[in-house]
Amino acid sequence: MNFLALIGRVILDGLETAGRMGMFAGNGVRHAVLPPFYFRLIGRQMLAIGYFSLPVVGLTALFTGMVLALQIYIGSARFNAESAVATIVVIGITRELGPVLGGLMVAGRVSAAIAAEIGTMRVTEQIDALVTLSTNPFKYLVAPRLWAATITLPLLVLVADTIGVMGGYLIGTQKLGFNAGSYLKNTLDFLETADVVSGLVKAAVFGFIIALMGCYHGFHSKGGAQGVGRATTDAVVSASILILIANYIVTELFFAK
Amino acid sequence: MTAPPKISIRGLRKSFGSKLVLDGIDLDVERGESLVIIGGSGSGKSVTLKCVLGLIRPDAGSIRIDGTEVVGMRGDARDEMLRKFGMLFQGAALFDSLKVWENVAFGLIEGRHMPRAKAREVALQKLAQVGLGVEVGELSPAELSGGMQKRVALARAIAAEPEIIFFDEPTTGLDPIMADVINDLIVQCVKRLGATALSITHDMASARKIADRIAMLYKGRLIWVGPVKDIDHSQNAHVDQFINGRAEGPIQMEVLRP
Ligand SMILES: Nc1ncnc2c1ncn2[C@@H]1O[C@H](COP(=O)(O)OP(=O)(O)OP(=O)(O)O)[C@@H](O)[C@H]1O
Ligand SMILES: [Mg+2]
Repeated sequence: MNFLALIGRVILDGLETAGRMGMFAGNGVRHAVLPPFYFRLIGRQMLAIGYFSLPVVGLTALFTGMVLALQIYIGSARFNAESAVATIVVIGITRELGPVLGGLMVAGRVSAAIAAEIGTMRVTEQIDALVTLSTNPFKYLVAPRLWAATITLPLLVLVADTIGVMGGYLIGTQKLGFNAGSYLKNTLDFLETADVVSGLVKAAVFGFIIALMGCYHGFHSKGGAQGVGRATTDAVVSASILILIANYIVTELFFAK
Repeated sequence: MTAPPKISIRGLRKSFGSKLVLDGIDLDVERGESLVIIGGSGSGKSVTLKCVLGLIRPDAGSIRIDGTEVVGMRGDARDEMLRKFGMLFQGAALFDSLKVWENVAFGLIEGRHMPRAKAREVALQKLAQVGLGVEVGELSPAELSGGMQKRVALARAIAAEPEIIFFDEPTTGLDPIMADVINDLIVQCVKRLGATALSITHDMASARKIADRIAMLYKGRLIWVGPVKDIDHSQNAHVDQFINGRAEGPIQMEVLRP
């Protein structure tokens, strides 16, 4: 086997997939920004994506905030632990851990659900049926999910930020014996708008990625139940990886001097 | 000048990988005509319909609807063209996230922007025509039997009274009496609404009832096309074997005989 040919093959396949995803995304965005808009479908999707993800995202944020407080306390006991814990927890949660962990958890739930639903519609010819009933599948299936996820994820992350900080506060005041008032003061004093805003921008980008990967893999699934299963896995894996890559890029754009 | 045929197919070819399915199909369907395609399982009947609708891209050939080339058509022109069509899918393909009546009303609400209340009335009337009552309209498709799903799909295909209707095995899975009711309904769509119908069936009784002309697909080609009255003396051994359902004859099924 020619090793170079193998590498070339892999790279070409990767580029081809990236190109197809790019075209799919372009098509989805075009239908998302041009009327008519399906507000009812957007609302229903926001409920499915946002409301029902609250427990998962909330629990993730709570324990992340708690463990963060504990770790920072242990690591910085030699310095001024009291102010360090509060500050680092809030910055860590709002900038990175809230959006990234929240995004990854939602990716597992929502990308999979979207890919399974649209994939089943594909293999049972429901998407073909949509077309014959003069309805564009991008408009009817993809656009509402893109909107719903892009709007909902920042809201979820806002909740996650709050709960995460509360988790840190809980450990700080109950276990580490910090003063409640000064913990909150330290939290707010060092927090900058950019910390929260960058986190919310990330969340919106992640929401878009999650819906896009679910739709893309669902649309291209073939071959019955097994194909839908593969689409579901692919959606979660690719959404997670793209979230981590996008996270780096957005951070770079926001904070690189 | 005479009007062009409603549907005109020339040299239609399609392979999946190395498997040649359609090997040059030529077929005209006139306005207001009902044509039935018969042929063995897996011979490419459903693929032919999907090529006309643009759901499958043919490898070669031309398909004209009302004289306009539709192969490779996209965007608004394609949406406009598809507005003329109704399609009953072989597997029903009902939207399982919607109620039965919403399925039937879908093309009216989304495609034609009819108010929901009015569309619901039309949908319930179409459901009644296929023998399904108001209470069925409120169920979800997963709660229906296979034959009921087929009838809902039929109601959905004809709900918007399209100019051209494709029926992919409309009577498969129905009892003989209901099958005949559906045959009548199809005849009515063609005769009363003046629709052009292209149907697929394995049910020769149904074919004789709904067809003006019959075409037989075998090994990727149309080996016989003629008026329904000639089907019994087609002089074609393949057609004879098929319509009489004999295992012995020129068409050899690739099965392991005991
Ligand atoms: N999407 C597809 N990908 C690959 N092969 C396909 C696809 N669709 C159909 N085929 C192949 O094309 C051939 C014809 O399929 P088609 O569905 O048109 O058969 P048919 O004549 O409608 O049969 P039946 O009467 O059983 O419905 C089959 O051999 C099938 O394997
Ligand atoms: Mg078929």
